[in-house]
Amino acid sequence: MPVQVTPDLMIFGLLAGLAAMTAVGVVAFRNAVRSALCLVLNFFTLAFLYFTLRAELLGMTQIIVYTGAIMVLFLFVIMLLNLGSLQVLDERPDLIKKGLGFLFGGALFGLIATQVVQPFLQTSQQFAPEGFGSPQAVGRTLFTSYVWPFEIASILLLIGIVGSILLAKRRI
Amino acid sequence: MFVIGVVGVIIRRNPIVIFMCIELMLNSVNLTFLAFAKYGPATANADPYQHAMAGQMAVIFVMAVAAAEVAVGLGIIMMIFRSRSTIDVDEVNLLRG
Repeated sequence: MPVQVTPDLMIFGLLAGLAAMTAVGVVAFRNAVRSALCLVLNFFTLAFLYFTLRAELLGMTQIIVYTGAIMVLFLFVIMLLNLGSLQVLDERPDLIKKGLGFLFGGALFGLIATQVVQPFLQTSQQFAPEGFGSPQAVGRTLFTSYVWPFEIASILLLIGIVGSILLAKRRI
Repeated sequence: MFVIGVVGVIIRRNPIVIFMCIELMLNSVNLTFLAFAKYGPATANADPYQHAMAGQMAVIFVMAVAAAEVAVGLGIIMMIFRSRSTIDVDEVNLLRG
């Protein structure tokens, strides 16, 4: 099946390539702050990918939750631990571990490629109805069919808040 | 992206970077969920609307769990750093029997 180069495909290729490159950057940079900034860029490109998939609410949530909250948390901890000092960041090279890591990574890539790509290539038309990513649709489903998982997630977040405060306090 | 995250968890020794790699993995799974929710073949007896919604709900819950996990994990890193003044994962071997 010849692939036609449409503007959609070009935009997708651009965003996907940027996401993959920044993901490599997260792993490859030695400095933790640079890794964090690469991760911010990666989250932004993912949010735009969500927009192209017509999941507008999730794209906005991605920007707010990940780049807003989680990355601020990461940068704050890096700053608190004062990891700018090179002594802590200095990682001894470990060739055996790196070789094993790349080996496992290649094997896993092959596995995922054989499993995921095949069903993707079989589907050409989209099944999702129009406007499935709008806040109204998501909210209605979240509070009708998925109300119990929603409550459990809220309890989990509460436990997370209490636990992190307990861990971060010096004295209770 | 998932594979890059896994390789990062294996080869890096800085736990903060390892956390970032875990976030990478979660995000790649989110992207796959959304793509299948949009383009995935709905089974014969499933409503396509419900099918598309299930993917989005999964992404929302993954995001919530990721937020909690990062908060607790970074708290643990802070505690370890305060008590041992190193966060190299190969040096922290208190759990070794």
